[in-house]
Parts: sequence; structure tokens; C-alpha cells
Amino acid sequence: MTALDSVLVKCRTENRAALIAYIPAGFPSRQGCLKVIQTLVDAGVDAIEIGFPYSDPVMDGPVIQEAADISLKAGTGAAEVFEALKVASDTGTASVVMTYWNPIERYGVEKFAASIAENGGAGVITPDLTIEESESWLAATKANSINPIYVVAPSTKDPRLARVTSKTGGFIYAASSMGVTGTRESVSIDAKDLVSRIRKVSDLPVCVGLGVSTREQAKSLAAYADGVIVGSAFIKLLLNAKDEKAGLEAVSQLAKELAIGVREGR
Amino acid sequence: MESFDVLGHFGQYGGRFVPEALIEALDELEAVHNQTQKDPEFLAELAELHRTYTGRPSIITEAKRFSEHAGGARIFLKREDLNHTGSHKINNVLGQALLTKRMGKKRIIAETGAGQHGVAAATAAALMGLKCVVYMGEEDTRRQSLNVARMKLLGAEVVAVTSGSKTLKDAINEAMRDWVTNVHDTHYMLGTVAGPHPFPTMVRDFHKVIGEESRVQMLEITGRLPDAVLACVGGGSNAIGIFNAFIPDENVRLIGLEAGGDGVETGRHAATITGGTPGVLHGTRSYVLQDKNGQTVESHSISAGLDYPGVGPEHAYLHDVGRAEYRAINDDAAMNAFALLSKTEGIIPAIETAHALAGALIIGNELGPKANLLINLSGRGDKDVQTAAQYFGIPL
Repeated sequence: MTALDSVLVKCRTENRAALIAYIPAGFPSRQGCLKVIQTLVDAGVDAIEIGFPYSDPVMDGPVIQEAADISLKAGTGAAEVFEALKVASDTGTASVVMTYWNPIERYGVEKFAASIAENGGAGVITPDLTIEESESWLAATKANSINPIYVVAPSTKDPRLARVTSKTGGFIYAASSMGVTGTRESVSIDAKDLVSRIRKVSDLPVCVGLGVSTREQAKSLAAYADGVIVGSAFIKLLLNAKDEKAGLEAVSQLAKELAIGVREGR
Repeated sequence: MESFDVLGHFGQYGGRFVPEALIEALDELEAVHNQTQKDPEFLAELAELHRTYTGRPSIITEAKRFSEHAGGARIFLKREDLNHTGSHKINNVLGQALLTKRMGKKRIIAETGAGQHGVAAATAAALMGLKCVVYMGEEDTRRQSLNVARMKLLGAEVVAVTSGSKTLKDAINEAMRDWVTNVHDTHYMLGTVAGPHPFPTMVRDFHKVIGEESRVQMLEITGRLPDAVLACVGGGSNAIGIFNAFIPDENVRLIGLEAGGDGVETGRHAATITGGTPGVLHGTRSYVLQDKNGQTVESHSISAGLDYPGVGPEHAYLHDVGRAEYRAINDDAAMNAFALLSKTEGIIPAIETAHALAGALIIGNELGPKANLLINLSGRGDKDVQTAAQYFGIPL
């Protein structure tokens, strides 16, 4: 059982959804990222996702693209990702890495899974890795006792949902709508339908991401999802902040509100 | 030779590395493509379009004066530049536009580098009454402003992409983001033999007519198969198109010419097989220009159409098994061949194609006067006049 499995069980027993926050490694700076992690933990998030900035993030909207650009220009690579992961997991908070596939393949599939485990990581979210291409990755995650977390979409049909979720560990990442990351005015009704379809084929916790930015949205998702994932909303605050201190304060405030949201949904 | 499997692999290359949101659309596309490849009515409709609209079969021209600079080897040009819209790209877009209609989708999106594929896609969309949005790197909209105007005249919307390196790679990223969002009514008309399965196979199937025609034509003209078939390689669609029919002919050398930019040794190039390593980019595993962290490295070439840090997975496979060879041609060598063909044959080639012509000069000298070389003249150079004038110091 990974730290992620444990925290999701804990949230289930508390009859609430988990709050999962995403922050790219090396953003807003190498040290700044580490401060954001501590801020998120202090504000009450249940799990942290460290993003591996990538040059061609086809699942990401403009906000995360900008953060990745800033981070990559500062030279962020695998070392900085694992450093941030260690800082996050050392706080005692369940921590995972979210990365496109090529950086894993380039680093070495087995070695990457081992480094995740060594740095206290509970799992890895791979948004562009299909189960058909996952043989070596599933072997590596199993050997290192970490969760392979797959993303499913509203367009995923039931038979495929069953296949993908059967390979998944930790939680199933349900994309709330068809599209890329980024804050949205409302979270589509597709999310509710997708979560209920997943429930029919899997007992794993289901966490919903894409477009969540407010306490109200977190509350409405928490009514039926096991977790709520927020990324772009935090990054936007950091991009728009006049300085680091103001950015951290804004992140803290939003995380606290979202933490309330995930507790008032049921 | 065929190692293609149901998951779209060519040996270790190919496959699908995409968000789950796209799987449904890729499955549908694969099914419709497989169906239509066996449907005589569909194939007849496409062939008729090629006869009455594209201008197929394209002719072969023997480049006698040009050959004098190539060690006396006989050089034959497959004239894809004479196709409607001025390049081989029309073969693929007409096929995909027919598939789009079969799938009941009303909107197509496309990426473009030099603008050739964008113009072809806009053309097919106009012909078939589809809405068309073309993503083009901002840098390329400047290099190829004439093609931007052409696409607009054809009724397409052109979106200048300002993210990343602002070139073809980023145009593909943006097109994929659009597709993830609008996949229910939109077909992504990918312009090369890269991307997730079934694109590499499907786009090849729409271009293989080039090689099929050439093989028959060469037998008619020379009484035998050519000693070597040459084509430029960016993503690799025109090269696969002309190679495919010759793959079983083991005595025919298949030679792909990549964009060497300032020279592969300088790091400023787009020679993905020559100077890259296996990796995953834009949904497929192939050779990629990448750094130690797996980040895509920016490519460089005087030719916008070859300026891409990836390459089709079938080329990666053909390279690894030794069936095809890949060499890099620097900007200067390509521009010399560009000028030479213009002055010796009265044919201004696309700068992309000029890389294959520069290769012919080298290979011709290697093989000597008894050799017959077949070159895919994949596109015409009208769109490149501004770049060429600048390069040669001709005032505009």
C-alpha cells in the first residue's frame, strides 16, 4: 500500500474527497517550487503532484505551458523533479509525479520508477502513455511498489474504461471534460457521467481534474468523486503575483478554500 | 519486410502515445481507413479525383543537363510538383478529406510548416465543403507569407502559433490541443507519416501511388528498375510515398536526404535520423532530436518543410534494418542544387526537394554513368522565391 492509497482510504473514512495539488518542478523557480510545496501542505492539501516540465505538452493549456517554459528555461530536468518530490514526500504528504512519457523513456524506464520510489514518491501519472505501450512501465512500477496512474476521458468507452482501470493503481484520473488543462467557468456534466461509468468497472478511488479552480467547483465534485485535482489555478496565481511572497499567500488562501470545498460536498 | 502490427508498430517504432481522449477517434479513423482501403467504390472515387483534379499520373522528366553534374548518371524526376497545389501533399489530403466525410465530421484541422500541407488541406476542404483551420508557427507565417495568403483565399482560417519554437513542432502541439477539445466533430488532417497510429500507415497508403506509378514508368522508359530512389525527408511523407513500391526490390537503394542545416556537427540541423536518438514525440516512437532529459531540441533548416525534430516511424525502422539509407544535406548544398536545377532544367524546385537533388549529385558521382536515379520532385519552388532571392542576394 502506497502513501497515496493510505490517504485516499483515510479521506474515504472521513467521508470526504481528497484535495490534490499540482505544481511543476522548477516553477516559479527551483527554490520557489519547494516553498510552494510547503505552503500547499500547510494549507491542508492531501496529496501533491510534481509536474515534470516538458517541451511539447499537448495535454496542457496556456497556463501550464507558460510555467513549463519558465521552468525549462531555468534548466529544470529529472534532478529537480526528484528533488521536489523528495521535499514533498518528506513532509509526510502523499506525493506523485506527473509526466509525459518521453522524459521517462529517456531517463530509463526501470531507473525512473526506482528513483520515484527512492525519493518517497507514491506513483506517477502518465497522461500520454496508453496501456498498449505500457508493458515495461507496468513491470517497473510493480517492481518498485509505486502506483501507475492513468488518465481517462469522457470519450473513453466502457470496455476500454475497464481495461485501462484494471492496469491503474492509486487512483483513476478522470478528465472532467474533453480538452486541455486550464481553469474553466464550470466543470462539465461529462465528469459526473464519467465517474459513474468508472464506478461500474472499478473499485479504485476516482479523482477528477481539468478546469477546477474554486471552492464551489471542488464542493460539487466532492459530492461524487474521491478526489479533486487542481493545477492551473495555483499556477495562474503565481504567474500573476507581484512577488514571491504575494504568490505564496494567494496559493495558501486558495488551497485553504479548496480544502473546505472538498469537505462540504457530501 | 512488413513488420507493421495491429498496434501500428514498425519494429520498436510507431504505436500510440496520446491522451486517452483521442483513442476513440484514432480507433474510428483506423477502422474507416481499413474499410475504405478494401472498398472499390472509395478507391475509384479517389482515383477519379486524382485523374480529374490532382492531375495524376504525374509525369517523369529526365534531367539530362542536370545529370552532367551528377557523374553522368541518368536522373529521372517524378514530377509531383506538377500536381494541383504544387506538391505531393494533395495525395494525402484528398484521401483524408474523403475519410472525413465518411466519418460524418464537418471540420478539419491541419498543421503546416512550409505551408504546402496547409494549402493542400485548405484546398481539399474547399473542394469538399469542410471548415478548415490551419495551425502554423508564427516564425513560419513570416517565412511563408505567400502560402498564408493562399490558405486564406481558399477560405481557411490560419492560426499563428506563438508557443515554443513557433515552428512546425509547435503547430502540431496546438493542432493536437484543438483535436483533444473538438474531436467529436473534427478530423485532424495530419500532413505526414508521423503521429499516432494509424497516421503513419494511412498517410503512406495515400502517397504510395507515387512509387507505384514511378515503378511502372521507369520500367517503360528504361526497361529496368532504377539503381536508387531518392527523396527528401522531413516527416517523410513524400519519401515513403516513392519508396513503398520499391521496398521489395532489394537491389534498388532507397536513400532519404535529411536537412543538415548548418551541418549536423554544429547542432543546428533537422537531420533527425542522422543526428537524433530514439524517443517519443507527437504520439509516436521514432528518432527524435532531444536532450538528456527527453526535451525536444529545436531543429534548424533553411527549408520550413523539413524543419522538424521528428521523423516518421517507418523511416526509423527502414533505417535500423538497413533497407533505407539516410544522409544529411546542408543548407548550402541544397541551395546550390536548387539553383542548378533551375538553370539546367528550367524547373524551380521547392527548397525541401532541393535536398534530394543535392543528394542526387553526390550519389550520381558515387554510382557513375551507368546508374539510373529516380528522384521524387516533391514540390515546386514558387513559395520559396523570397527565401531563395534573399539567399542568392537577388533584390526584390
